[in-house]
Amino acid sequence: MLRLRLEPRGARSAMWAAASPLLAVALTVVGAGAIFALLGRAPGEALYTFLIAPLLSPTGVPELFVKAAPLILIGVGLALGFRANVWNIGAEGQFSLGAVFGGGLALAYPDAPAIILFPAMMVAGVLGGMALAAIPAYLRTRFNANEILTSLMLSYVMQFALIYLVTGPLRDPQGYGFPQSALFSDSATAPILIEDTRVHLGVLFALLAAVGGWIVLERSVSGFALRVLGQAPRAARFAGFQEKRLVWLALLVSGGLSGLAGLFEVAGPIGQLLPKLSPGYGFTAIIVAFLGRLHPLGVVPAALVLGLSYLGGDAAQIDLGLPSAVTGIFQGVLLFFLLACDVLILYRVRIVRRGAAPSLKIPGAA
Amino acid sequence: MTLALTNFILSVIATSTPLLLAATGELVTEKSGVLNLGVEGMMLIGAIAGFATMTATGSAVLGVIAGAGAGAALALVFAALTLGLLANQVATGLALTIFGAGLSALAGASFVGVAVPPLPALDIPGLTTLPLIGPVLFGQNALVYLSYAALGGVAWFLYRSHAGLVLRAVGDSHDAAHALGYSVSGIRLLAALFGGAMAGLGGAYLSLAYSPSWAENMTAGRGWIALALVVFASWRPFWLWVGAYLFGAIMYLSFYIQGLGIDIPSQAISALPYLATVVALVLISRDRTRIRLNAPACLGQPFHATA
Repeated sequence: MLRLRLEPRGARSAMWAAASPLLAVALTVVGAGAIFALLGRAPGEALYTFLIAPLLSPTGVPELFVKAAPLILIGVGLALGFRANVWNIGAEGQFSLGAVFGGGLALAYPDAPAIILFPAMMVAGVLGGMALAAIPAYLRTRFNANEILTSLMLSYVMQFALIYLVTGPLRDPQGYGFPQSALFSDSATAPILIEDTRVHLGVLFALLAAVGGWIVLERSVSGFALRVLGQAPRAARFAGFQEKRLVWLALLVSGGLSGLAGLFEVAGPIGQLLPKLSPGYGFTAIIVAFLGRLHPLGVVPAALVLGLSYLGGDAAQIDLGLPSAVTGIFQGVLLFFLLACDVLILYRVRIVRRGAAPSLKIPGAA
Repeated sequence: MTLALTNFILSVIATSTPLLLAATGELVTEKSGVLNLGVEGMMLIGAIAGFATMTATGSAVLGVIAGAGAGAALALVFAALTLGLLANQVATGLALTIFGAGLSALAGASFVGVAVPPLPALDIPGLTTLPLIGPVLFGQNALVYLSYAALGGVAWFLYRSHAGLVLRAVGDSHDAAHALGYSVSGIRLLAALFGGAMAGLGGAYLSLAYSPSWAENMTAGRGWIALALVVFASWRPFWLWVGAYLFGAIMYLSFYIQGLGIDIPSQAISALPYLATVVALVLISRDRTRIRLNAPACLGQPFHATA
């Protein structure tokens, strides 16, 4: 009888920290092929439709960046928080409130000049996301309430609030009663950066957020404090880092970026407020953050991989007649494989015979 | 009056049972030191597995068993990653929820709109027809009785049995339990599987008794509310029952008030259970001492036996 044994490496393996996401993506592709086979589709053809065909069309690569932009914005913020063990999983709701704040401004002042209106919408979007993230931050720092549960519950609340707004106060009076707002005016629409594509200003801001997040994390005292708080909470206390301040920081930054992502989504590809604004970007960004090694720059390629899973899900629906839920399965399996492969960062995996005595190793001895 | 009260109690039992089933399982999982945030995903998988099996075989018993089995199967994936490969429990639980939502939606696509007969209820001539207590005590389906049996069994197991003492020891100090020769990973595996099976039952209750039908994401956050209930109860079985029925009542009232046609946006009332969860968490968590005294000390911490 064989079994796996984990032997501590004694130090993080930088090689495996970088290789684990690649291995996980490779294993996920194999796993996705197996799932397609189970569903009675030819795996090779289905994988081609899911992962490669979406990129070959003329709009493929630009569309990938459009899908990746919200994932990058949210993922950068989450990565900073997760580093400090601050688990904001309510980005979905913060995304929506950012969209509502910014979108509300767009609907209230459709004729304002773009040079004033659009920056104001961006600020409103950030503030909207921050406002919703401030609640779990306050409840955790003041009442010790777990931010995982409170931030998630508020996402459900926000979903109902959004439905109320687009069926009530913000509904388009000329919209024949459909649950949606009026279309945003031209000055409230995100500028397109590349002609004949949907690549909008949000893509640029997503890349800027990644660079900015990297600078904060690697080059600022706050970023250092976040990392220490996550890796050694006791050391962080001895060093005098204020945990409460860092919890606020992590939640406000991730909330603000999620809100900005929401604003760019409604002011860009969507163009109005709808009852459902996001295909789950707030949750997918959790996977993006982990796949990107909780590193703001790593988030960018990770967001492209997961953005592809959305494009692939659409293609699978249209060309293969599969439900778009394939996207969720692909994402879940990817995170499973990633977490499994990550064991290699800290441990050597040996296959041993069951019952065999473990080899005694003295740490530090050559 | 009696009829109205009977209907109220019956409705509250119906909304509370899935919460109680899932939360009872998670209580045992957490008592062993394992934090599985994938309850929502396991409930969804249990719901579709139970519903699909019931549709295919026509057997409610097989449906319920399939629901529990599917929940446990997903918990096994969680255990393999967190106990076998020492993966982060928070991240793995979230992966479980994302994966469970996707897989159940894919598997359930062809079951949307299909109807099945609800789980049969107990019917004892002479007893079930009694006013009030008849339908409440003697007219429920098997899963309602099971939720009580499970909660009572778990309370006895945790605080009156040797095995329960060992389980709590593993959750409070895995190093000490390991030094005494107990298999920390083995005990946690069993606790996680129990949690998964109970979450699966909670899901199966929704699709086989409560609705009874399948809809994408039909759990609507109940798995997360069950997780919050464990904190709300400060990991104590009796308070878990109180919490499950309190939240079941709030959920029922939010449906009921919408039916009255009062001039409040229906969305505000629908949001009520989720807001109530936040309020309950705040009220309980502000007492740090109580949390510290009752929470398993090793909750969420990985354990690696070096020798």
